[in-house]
Amino acid sequence: MTTTAVVGPARRRPRIAYLLLLPGIAWLAIFFIIPLISLFFTSLQVSAGSSGKYKAGFNWHNYVDAITEYWEFFVRALVYASIATVLALVIAYPLAYFIALKAGRWRALMLVLVVAPFFASFLLRTYAWKTILADDSVITQSLNAMHLLPDGRILNTSLAVIAGLTYNFLPFMILPLYAALDKIDPRLIEAGSDLYASPFTTFRKVTWPLSMPGVVAGTLLTFIPAAGDYINAELLGSTKDKMIGNAIQTNFIEFRDYPMASALSFILMAAILIIVTVYIRRAGTEELV
Amino acid sequence: MAWLRSKLLGIVAVLVLVYLFVPIAVVAVLSFNHPQGKYNTSWNEFSLSAWGNLCGVAGVCQSFLLSLELGIIATLVATIFGTMIALALVRYRFRGRGPANALIFLPMATPEVVLGASLLALYLNLKLPLGFWTILIAHIMFTISFIVVAVKARLQGMDPRLEEAAQDLYASPWQTFRFVTFPLVLPGILGAALLGFSLSFDDFIISNFASGTTVTFPIFIWGAAQRGIPVQVYALATLVFTLALVGTVVGQIVSSRRRRKLASSA
Repeated sequence: MTTTAVVGPARRRPRIAYLLLLPGIAWLAIFFIIPLISLFFTSLQVSAGSSGKYKAGFNWHNYVDAITEYWEFFVRALVYASIATVLALVIAYPLAYFIALKAGRWRALMLVLVVAPFFASFLLRTYAWKTILADDSVITQSLNAMHLLPDGRILNTSLAVIAGLTYNFLPFMILPLYAALDKIDPRLIEAGSDLYASPFTTFRKVTWPLSMPGVVAGTLLTFIPAAGDYINAELLGSTKDKMIGNAIQTNFIEFRDYPMASALSFILMAAILIIVTVYIRRAGTEELV
Repeated sequence: MAWLRSKLLGIVAVLVLVYLFVPIAVVAVLSFNHPQGKYNTSWNEFSLSAWGNLCGVAGVCQSFLLSLELGIIATLVATIFGTMIALALVRYRFRGRGPANALIFLPMATPEVVLGASLLALYLNLKLPLGFWTILIAHIMFTISFIVVAVKARLQGMDPRLEEAAQDLYASPWQTFRFVTFPLVLPGILGAALLGFSLSFDDFIISNFASGTTVTFPIFIWGAAQRGIPVQVYALATLVFTLALVGTVVGQIVSSRRRRKLASSA
């Protein structure tokens, strides 16, 4: 997280600043922080006889149950989200690079087109992949002709879930990549080729390291929602492809096992927090927002 | 061969854009379909019946209008709160900036399913009746952070000398804001509001936790998926997408024209 540089006049007058912050920060404190605390206490509740009824307690065993019962769902979520994030990075980078450095007067239009999918329903776009990847579709048939599909199909396999995740969160990868690439002085890249570096070496030694803040922000903004998603697994996968998001939502809404769902949510949060911290350390950048 | 190599990056970029639009094109095409059976997933024959009768299925238009209403109110509140936070963060120096930044970043780094579950845990513990208000609270909550980030970027890109000049000319802080800062960041605020609206209008995961028996447009779609989504839903989604895209492109053209005019008159 960067600390924003204070620019412009009116720098001191903390009272006005606090008044400006008050409504929004209070809203987040009441409807984001307090719910998390509430969720934490729910995760420790004890069953009170009949199903759907729980009373306050400190039942840490809920966490043990959550892991032993659902560890495969966690593994699937982390693996699918990781693969989708890497695929999204590979797909997004050329487009972000082109918009930032080559698009010229088409830049503004191309940026609008990148965010345009947000204007179309997430659920319907995901549902549309059912048509695109159906067993009798062009894609499935031609991949089958080349004997590339182990199950002979895409829909209702983990392939479809990963394809859906990759597609759905792609704009979250493109935008931060674009923002980082846009800040690069093109003369630095020219200097690379002036000094007889091959295009590949210039990319590896100049462009890629300079775009690192965008790579880190983009991979996080893709990985986090993908790891918690359950729509893609529900609509495109089979029962064997369910992710941790599915487990949280069915436990909460269908089984009404609130302590289990809450414990699962906290484990997911903790897992994401650990992965993100380690990742940011290793990527060597603290600049995020 | 050399031509292909020099154009390769552009070709790949256009292909990625096409990829982004393939599912949307499928939705648009299927909105003109007369499906065989109840599932509108494969092409059967051309029909305008859904477009001619957008509210023809029970509940579609109620849920659509409800989402519209939620989106507008949530965007309005979140845009005001978010813009105020962005102003405080960029323009003022104060204690507690770090925690404030963290509080804004965290909701974006939390999976939606956890946001939804935690709000529902609170609502259940407080025994709040689920419905319009509980959804609205949730939408405002998750929209604020995105607005802050978008407006902050705009404020940081502003030339601080413009505000300094206003103050040199004896403008009060309020006048400076009203006549200099606000008009300059307004396009950024409008862009942020559009993003906020699309997040709220399209949200399914969090709304599904907070809604009880209230049905928003995405919840209607989810519920209909098991029985087959009515073609009307495809038509309404196509309509929203087209209007938003045309609106944004026109807005872009107008603002770039104005910028060019300003640049040539200066």
